[in-house]
Amino acid sequence: MTDIAATPQRRQASPKNRTGRATARPRDDWRLMLIVAVFMLCYGAVAVRMGAMAISEPEEPRLAGYGGAEPVRGEIVDRNGALIAANLPAWSLYAHPAELKDPLATAQELAGIFPDMSEAELVRLLTSRNDFVWVRRPITPRQKAAVQDLGRPGLFFGARDMRFYPAGQAAAHIVGGVRAQSEGVRHAELVGSGGIERYFDERLRDPARAGDALRLSIDLGAQQAMREVLSAEVSRLGAKGATGIIMNVRTGEIVTMVSLPDFDPNARPSAADGKGAANPRFNRAVQGVYELGSVFKVLTAAMALELGIVTPETMVETGSAVVIGRNAIRDMHRMPETLSVTDIVVRSSNTGTTRLALKIGAERMRGFLDRLGMFDPVPVEISEAARARPLKPPRWSEISTATISFGHGLSVSPLHLSAAFATLANGGQKVVPSLIRGGNQPGERIFSERTSREMMAILREVVSRGTGRRTNVEGYEVGGKTGTADKPRQDGRGYEKDKVIATFAAVFPTSAPAYVAVISLDEPVDRSGPRPIREASRTAVPATAEAIRRIAPLLGLRPKGGRVAAELKVAPVSVASN
Amino acid sequence: MTELTFRPAGLRADGALFADWWHTVDRWTIGAVALLFALGMVLALAASPPLAEKNDLWTYHYVLRHAVFAVLALGVVLGVSAVPAHLLRRGGAVAFLGFFAITLMLPAFGTDFGKGATRWYSLGFISLQPSEFLKPAFVLIAAWLMAGAAERNGPPGRLISGALAIAIATTLALQPDFGQAMLTLAVWAVMLFVSGAPLFLLIGLAGAVGLAGTAAYLNSSHFAGRINGYLAEEVDPNTQLAYAQSAIREGGLFGVGAAQGSVKWTLPDAHTDFIIAVAAEEFGLILTLLIIGIYLFIVVRALLRLLEERNMFIRLAGTGLAAAFALQAFINMSVAIRLLPAKGMTLPFISYGGSSMVAAALGVGALLALTRARPQDPGASLRDSI
Repeated sequence: MTDIAATPQRRQASPKNRTGRATARPRDDWRLMLIVAVFMLCYGAVAVRMGAMAISEPEEPRLAGYGGAEPVRGEIVDRNGALIAANLPAWSLYAHPAELKDPLATAQELAGIFPDMSEAELVRLLTSRNDFVWVRRPITPRQKAAVQDLGRPGLFFGARDMRFYPAGQAAAHIVGGVRAQSEGVRHAELVGSGGIERYFDERLRDPARAGDALRLSIDLGAQQAMREVLSAEVSRLGAKGATGIIMNVRTGEIVTMVSLPDFDPNARPSAADGKGAANPRFNRAVQGVYELGSVFKVLTAAMALELGIVTPETMVETGSAVVIGRNAIRDMHRMPETLSVTDIVVRSSNTGTTRLALKIGAERMRGFLDRLGMFDPVPVEISEAARARPLKPPRWSEISTATISFGHGLSVSPLHLSAAFATLANGGQKVVPSLIRGGNQPGERIFSERTSREMMAILREVVSRGTGRRTNVEGYEVGGKTGTADKPRQDGRGYEKDKVIATFAAVFPTSAPAYVAVISLDEPVDRSGPRPIREASRTAVPATAEAIRRIAPLLGLRPKGGRVAAELKVAPVSVASN
Repeated sequence: MTELTFRPAGLRADGALFADWWHTVDRWTIGAVALLFALGMVLALAASPPLAEKNDLWTYHYVLRHAVFAVLALGVVLGVSAVPAHLLRRGGAVAFLGFFAITLMLPAFGTDFGKGATRWYSLGFISLQPSEFLKPAFVLIAAWLMAGAAERNGPPGRLISGALAIAIATTLALQPDFGQAMLTLAVWAVMLFVSGAPLFLLIGLAGAVGLAGTAAYLNSSHFAGRINGYLAEEVDPNTQLAYAQSAIREGGLFGVGAAQGSVKWTLPDAHTDFIIAVAAEEFGLILTLLIIGIYLFIVVRALLRLLEERNMFIRLAGTGLAAAFALQAFINMSVAIRLLPAKGMTLPFISYGGSSMVAAALGVGALLALTRARPQDPGASLRDSI
């Protein structure tokens, strides 16, 4: 036994210990004392060295090794070569406070040159005990000249590149931003901190590819037009935000992707400017996962057609509620006893769609949605995308199948929806969205050409005689589907009564689909009439009509009716770049 | 029987556990540890907001986590300090087996967080570095073995503990984590020395370590890179070392003032491995000397108290724990001032990091438990009990 309590007993038994305190210390005490001495020496050495360093002269931060050769970050351009992100030579202003003759006067003069810096702040900087302080970075050539004209000693300039976004707010969420890393007096290295800048950081920093601009799929003209249309709609309808995507149906090239509210990437807000969607940096098109509502009925109908369960003419019962367990699914408006599959989509019947979904079954429905990419983040080339995961029910019950068939219970981003619609429109081959010119090759076949054709005809009817009438833009053969989804309550208990996400997902032209457009408004209300109207047919639909009217010509589509559009079998992209 | 005889000395009165603990524990050291926690909070406020900003988190995200861990760790220090020595010994042995197994499983289940060495388990909201916990447990089991060796017919404790030390050092070196491997060997050597090992044995061991180090230098790029960086005349100004050095220079005697520092914006490890540089820059030499002083105070005080201790296990375990604590702080600070080559080691109770803080708390808590005032001869205990 080696129990502690036993030890004194043993000691007691030894003859030496009987003598009491005389042998209280083992004879090897010198060993422990030596250890104490060694630690004191070690810590003494640390203290001495620390002291020697602290009182030695500080040096200016510099980056050796780079010499004079400055690595330049690659440029970013739109599909036609217009600049989205470029570099400007700029300077940074720093000071050696100890060398300043009159810091207070200098601060006053500098405050005149930099109106957004307070004099108090400058005084604090210039009178600090530091031997070196950054005053401002970066500064413009004019500011540099003004500071030079002061003729004050102790102020110095360092060269550095500045990232500049000529397109301003138009492409804010797409480009993201940069921040300076390892700043030296002669140089600052810029690294991406969001959007494309972060996703392609290594490629943009690669000196070997510095002269080779990164060409995006975005069309800046169209992007600008989309932003103007959405801004006007947001203020007309008092919406909290909006997003608008236009995508090539074959290549998945994103031609416009706007999220409002946005920001100026030349003065990017920080993470502290709001959490989640409240931050202007939040990209609703990619990060905003919402229950998008009735637009999903299109996917449900397409699955039913693809599986051969129905044809567009098959009549389905719509006159009664569908009862699943304790839940009853009803229609918002009175429906006839039966409707054709086409009319289920055109008149947006929940009961009809649910009956289709129950015939499809949970397994096959999940299979379709999974292959359409509705359960995974969209692999688009901005850094925020990977973290935007759709929200699906933890347990997929029969009621999930029913509600998801008309767009509730599964939250996806508008970009997910765009990709699914593009897949349906291009003849049924899977589309992976891309922000890079050229896009991706169409992938596996999910729907047949025939299903695709039939669905395009149905979507066209929604616009010619259904809820999408207000997008019937003359000559572009627009087809599409509305979705007005009640927003889930913040506390997770049910849905808000009068807050909706209004979405319109469009394809044009339907006879030879070239683009999909998805426009989604957050809490829009049309108050022009006697009572407030929130339905997508009066909010997202007119917005989409305006966007298509303005943007389609920019993309090389001519408004001459179905005949001419039908000739445009090849991607109109080539027309646009001419 | 022994229980009857000696229990009264440990327990002043029935139900006065707290009073008993309070009168026997080293309250000066508890005060010093609390001071370290306080300084750690101040420096967390200084060093971690930039990291939160980089990761798009709330500004005080890491400060809050640091505070939570600090409170938890202080609780661990106080709680463990009340554990009786024989329970510590058993607990140490069990913990050693557990954490050694977990460390061995790292290559299969661990993560390297993109830092080039697999040392961590990712448990979602917290990451765990098992080697941090392995150290105090190893000290306890090695002390038990060495103390056992001193008994008549005892086991060959030195040999077994040496084998364990080498097994741990090898496992850690393969991660690779040469810093912790060297620390484990050094602590074991200190314990061996104090246990009264012959000097020629120690000299032979030092030679063997030298050979092993040379072999590692020749065979591991990770290790060689660090040593070369240390030996180089000119510091590459782009490295963490250079930033830390310039921060200490900027700080001077009294620092540039709270929140005025800039090194925390450029150093990726400002809140962990190079926290002393942040301290030096913002609060100057005054604070760094205070920190050095507190560590030395805790260690020397513990060793001097152990000098009075005659129980071999307590003496050795206490020495080992104190040495591990002292060496860790020493190595961390020495890296920042280029006295030693760079190693990933945290500053106990000050650096950010939940698992290192709790592990250090376990070690210091055990040290406090072992340095509690204890009757050292029967006569004294009899007098106390009357």
